[in-house]
Amino acid sequence: MKRGTEEVVALRHGAGGAAMRRLIQEVLIRDLETLPFEGIGIAAMDDGAALRVGDRWLVLTTDSHVVQPPFFPGGDIGRLAVCGTVNDLAMMGATEVLALTCAVVLEAGFSLADLERIQSSMVEACREAVAPIVTGDTKVMGSGELDGIILNTTGIGFAHRLILDSGLMPGDRIIVTGNVGEHGLAVMVARHELDFEGELVSDVAPVGGLIHRALVAAEPHERGVTAMKDPTRGGLAGALHEMAAKGKVGVLLEESSIPITPQAAAVGELLGIDPLHVANEGKAVLGVDPAVADKVLAALRDHPLGRKARIIGRSIPEHRGRVILQTGFGRRLLAEPQGELLPRIC
Amino acid sequence: MQEKLEDASRQLKFRSSKTGRDLSAAIGRICREIGRDGITIMHVCGSHEQALAKYGLRSALPPELDLIMGPGCPVCVTDLPEVDEAVALAESGVRIVTYGDMLRVPGSSKSLADARATGAKVDIVYGVHQAVELARKLEEEVVFFATGFETTAVATAAALLGGVPDNFLVLSAHKYVPPAMELVARIPGSRVEGFLAAGHAATITGWGIFADFAAKHGMPVVVAGFEPLDILAGVARLLELVRDRKAVVDNMYPRCVTRDGNQRAQEAMWKVFETMAGRWRGIAEIPDGNLRLREEWSHSDARKRFKIDMTGLWTQAPRARVDRCICGNIMAGLASPRDCELFGHECTPEDPVGACMVSSEGSCRIWHHYGGHPDLSDI
Repeated sequence: MKRGTEEVVALRHGAGGAAMRRLIQEVLIRDLETLPFEGIGIAAMDDGAALRVGDRWLVLTTDSHVVQPPFFPGGDIGRLAVCGTVNDLAMMGATEVLALTCAVVLEAGFSLADLERIQSSMVEACREAVAPIVTGDTKVMGSGELDGIILNTTGIGFAHRLILDSGLMPGDRIIVTGNVGEHGLAVMVARHELDFEGELVSDVAPVGGLIHRALVAAEPHERGVTAMKDPTRGGLAGALHEMAAKGKVGVLLEESSIPITPQAAAVGELLGIDPLHVANEGKAVLGVDPAVADKVLAALRDHPLGRKARIIGRSIPEHRGRVILQTGFGRRLLAEPQGELLPRIC
Repeated sequence: MQEKLEDASRQLKFRSSKTGRDLSAAIGRICREIGRDGITIMHVCGSHEQALAKYGLRSALPPELDLIMGPGCPVCVTDLPEVDEAVALAESGVRIVTYGDMLRVPGSSKSLADARATGAKVDIVYGVHQAVELARKLEEEVVFFATGFETTAVATAAALLGGVPDNFLVLSAHKYVPPAMELVARIPGSRVEGFLAAGHAATITGWGIFADFAAKHGMPVVVAGFEPLDILAGVARLLELVRDRKAVVDNMYPRCVTRDGNQRAQEAMWKVFETMAGRWRGIAEIPDGNLRLREEWSHSDARKRFKIDMTGLWTQAPRARVDRCICGNIMAGLASPRDCELFGHECTPEDPVGACMVSSEGSCRIWHHYGGHPDLSDI
């Protein structure tokens, strides 16, 4: 985007797609020191970093949360801030959280009652995730200097075996742990005060326990769970694109297998927004060796958060970096979301 | 066959992939019966293109069949001087309200979005009724920049007939599709052998309106809806007519479209509008292709109320990239987005060069949204 001759940051740079990746690679992490020790650093652009500690990996991740409106059906920014970080840890194999930090930036004028609601919701989410917040920071800025509240959480946890988002191999089955699109659509409906019948609620939840089950089920197998990613910004499409590109494979999806409620599908169609492009906050996408796919699926479905888990496709050696959707009528590319998603206005 | 196809278009479930596969197989069979390469049919609707891309329908069509998109995007065919009129009015301080898609359509040197960024009053509405409501609330003049085909022209007409305040004015850039089909059918080098007409416009005009066209050009027309099965059934029927050399109209969207269409809507439209020759961006001057307000509605006509001076917008030379844009050929069905060297690189929805990349009804925008290769054939 240009203002006069000066290039400026645009909203699409934060939308989880190609523009954001370019901003991070070309500006934000340029010239950062590479790790002086064994591990996964910032250049990998995974869900977090991993540092070797003895025979285990210390996984470290951080996430800032800004959501408008801060309260939405199914959750609020507090629950989101805990779950987002806990889930990023889980995606690298650290399903048990050692500790969280929490930084709060508030706009002068923010309702104290709202802040208390957000805080209780964080307490509740921490309890569910078995994740203690051990330190924090608070700042207040002038009215108009930010939009209400920003929450940042950082989390650490140990993993015995690291799982990366780059591990897909041809033939791996792709599993998604439940209905997709609900968080993003619920927030959009709330944000635009659209009046739809029926409940569309955010799926925001900590998935550490769920992922732990899957990893245990796959454990005896040498490869087992080969890759993981949480389909947050950019949705299922964004997550699979990243996994396909990093794993140097193609991904072939069966559209009819992708779990999505009729409600989410209908709201998506009305707004002109593909539910596969919108954020989920309580889901994971797993690449699984075909030998253990059924076992992993059964373990996921045995957990309350994984009842709707499905095998939705597989990775293929052709079409590296591309995601292909079999629609039942034909095939097409599932493109990466390009910019800020806006409901169709015309 | 005819009976079977009609069954398909009557079914309540228009997304059965089993029926879809049967229809694809039928399309393959009819193409083999036609027995040659390069069978070309044209649809004239952005919503058809959306559905074709979304369901990957082109990948289910035989390679000898080319289903191309014609001038089916009202936003795309809105011409530079029309956008310039709106921009000039906005910059002179008049409040402009329009559909969201129009905001970023480039004019000679600026879009309405550019004008808004520098302080002009430009509002987005979902429909003409919101524009009228806004006018009722405000003292100042509110100009509705009215774009779109018959479907939205009827809404504009209904609003005027329903009574509007004196400060509500219409800047009409409405377009009328049937004359554009006439023109495309006559373009030298056009390989089009039949038309798939847009179901929603036909709910208003009725399918009967295409009868003369079919007879005159010796070309079949099939009216089709927008679910995947509607489109496949429409294509199959159109190919049957091509095979049998029957230059007739058939209606494969009978659950919405009748022979005579919505008479009240047509009456309303012709009470308010009359056709005039007008340029469609990138295509040509189309006789009877534009809709202007009739003399009786002068009091609501922005062009009569204001003296619109656009010369200020014409001092800047067009950007060099614009010369390489092939939107016109794409809308005329002579080229596809993949023939364009700008597509996806120098021309993207964030930084569009041509109108086809701006509107969600434009073929470039649609192809780009679906990864740039809707039929996967060239990757």
